[in-house]
Amino acid sequence: MLNIDQHSRNIYFAIPPLKMNPISVEHISKKFAGVNALDDISFRVDKGELFGFIGPDGAGKTTLFRILTTLIIPDTGKALINGLDVVKDYKKIRQDIGYMPGRFSLYSDLSVEENLNFYATVFGTSIAENYELIKDIYIQIEPFKKRKAGKLSGGMKQKLALSCALIHKPSVLILDEPTTGVDAVSRLEFWEMLKRLKHIGITIIVSTPYMDEASLCDRVALIQDGKIMTMRSPAEIIKTYPWKLFSVKSDDIFRLLNDLRQISQAYTVFAFGQSAHVSFKEDQENEESLFEYLKTKGHSGLKISQATATIEDCFMELMMKS
Amino acid sequence: MYNPDAENVIVVSDLVKKFGSFVANDHLSFEVKKGEIFGFLGANGAGKTTTIRILCGLSYPTSGKLKVGGFDIYKEREKIKKNIGYMSQKFSLYDDLTVYENIRFYAGIYGLRKKVIEERASDLMKKLDMKDARDKLIHDIPLGWKQKLAFSVAIIHNPKIVFLDEPTGGVDPVTRRQFWDMIFEASRNGITVFVTTHYMDEAEYCDRVSIMVDGKISALDTPENLKNNYGAGSMNDVFLKLARAKVN
Repeated sequence: MLNIDQHSRNIYFAIPPLKMNPISVEHISKKFAGVNALDDISFRVDKGELFGFIGPDGAGKTTLFRILTTLIIPDTGKALINGLDVVKDYKKIRQDIGYMPGRFSLYSDLSVEENLNFYATVFGTSIAENYELIKDIYIQIEPFKKRKAGKLSGGMKQKLALSCALIHKPSVLILDEPTTGVDAVSRLEFWEMLKRLKHIGITIIVSTPYMDEASLCDRVALIQDGKIMTMRSPAEIIKTYPWKLFSVKSDDIFRLLNDLRQISQAYTVFAFGQSAHVSFKEDQENEESLFEYLKTKGHSGLKISQATATIEDCFMELMMKS
Repeated sequence: MYNPDAENVIVVSDLVKKFGSFVANDHLSFEVKKGEIFGFLGANGAGKTTTIRILCGLSYPTSGKLKVGGFDIYKEREKIKKNIGYMSQKFSLYDDLTVYENIRFYAGIYGLRKKVIEERASDLMKKLDMKDARDKLIHDIPLGWKQKLAFSVAIIHNPKIVFLDEPTGGVDPVTRRQFWDMIFEASRNGITVFVTTHYMDEAEYCDRVSIMVDGKISALDTPENLKNNYGAGSMNDVFLKLARAKVN
């Protein structure tokens, strides 16, 4: 009877109990030497969700992931993985999660195959038993299975680390900056692998300093100085960008940036690859007036259009607000 | 700025570097002009670091003719080292020295006089808005400040060329852009910038970009021409096309 009551109560309040989410974090804070590494962080991740933490070095991503993987203890707050408490139930949690730390942490002097075997054995399983799960990834490095892990390229190391994190069939994958310092091709391949894992129901939480990777996640939290600035789907974050934004191209980007900064009404001026993004809080500014102004400044090759904000525009906007 | 008529500050012809039977640099030839921002891109393991080490006078090529800042890579390595600056994300400043001590240390290594060091240190801290941080340990200042300071220190002796090896890894988007403002400025002042990055939007800021695949340069041109030649909308697409071509 009690169970049914509890059940209907939850439906009534439309709030699922903490335990239903593979990852739920409530008011986590952590200080190091008086500095807030994490400041009142709360979020939940749904089953099969690909959830991204986007932010620069020092934002608190690694501290958060170390708490979730039971490696450090939060000062305050509560974190549950599959309903298990990261402090009390750490032994059980370690069986359920796969973890890729930020720094390459496999054994450099063991071969590819030996590393994978080692991790399988530690978790009481074998490569053969779970080969199906890692097949797509491992097949790409299998030709090099006799090579020492330390001798692999960045992209191959990353694939081996992911294979090792998956070999015990975890239900939750925690990946700390798996694509940092990795070239654009390997990054793309890596995200394709994550998508496949998500589709077979694995819950994935991943951190990255590359803002362009946000769009590959179901939901993201933008994090800076230990605080979550916003947390939504990438499309929703972009919708919240408040200002009128233009993309401006000229043959001389350096002079263009300086000339745009001279406009007193311009709120922000940032370089964005081949163009500059300039935002205005007021609505009056338009393509024509910008064009006229820049022509008087002697610019050639001008192209001006209204632009949709990117996640990076939104991140910078939130940074300046805080 | 790229000016085809400017003098060459880096000349590489037919550079080969082998490690045993492995060919890390396979007959590279290219020139870099004075004041140019030259993007040196490539996948992990393509051979970029090998080339940079040779250009900085830290490793000898197996064969090839190279001049850096007008000096011969085999015979005038010490002169090369005096005329270049170097900065990477991994190695830049000493954590347990203060901001000022780092400036003094690097300027001293490059042989600047005490009076010049004082002047440049105070100019620099004014420019970076770091006057209050003068006596703080590098360990205690934000990453963004560190990166900007590291770049300023790398060019404190007014080198002909500065090598930047993934200088903006991990920094926040605002700082990353401020960092590029500093690169643009250095280039305006005639310093040649040789830069590697994994951020493809930064490749767009370069005057010319070379893309290395498996030890060879597979493309070298302005970002505009590369995009046109490969029918690509961005440098990211150009990079993916070239670096993926070898896999498929």
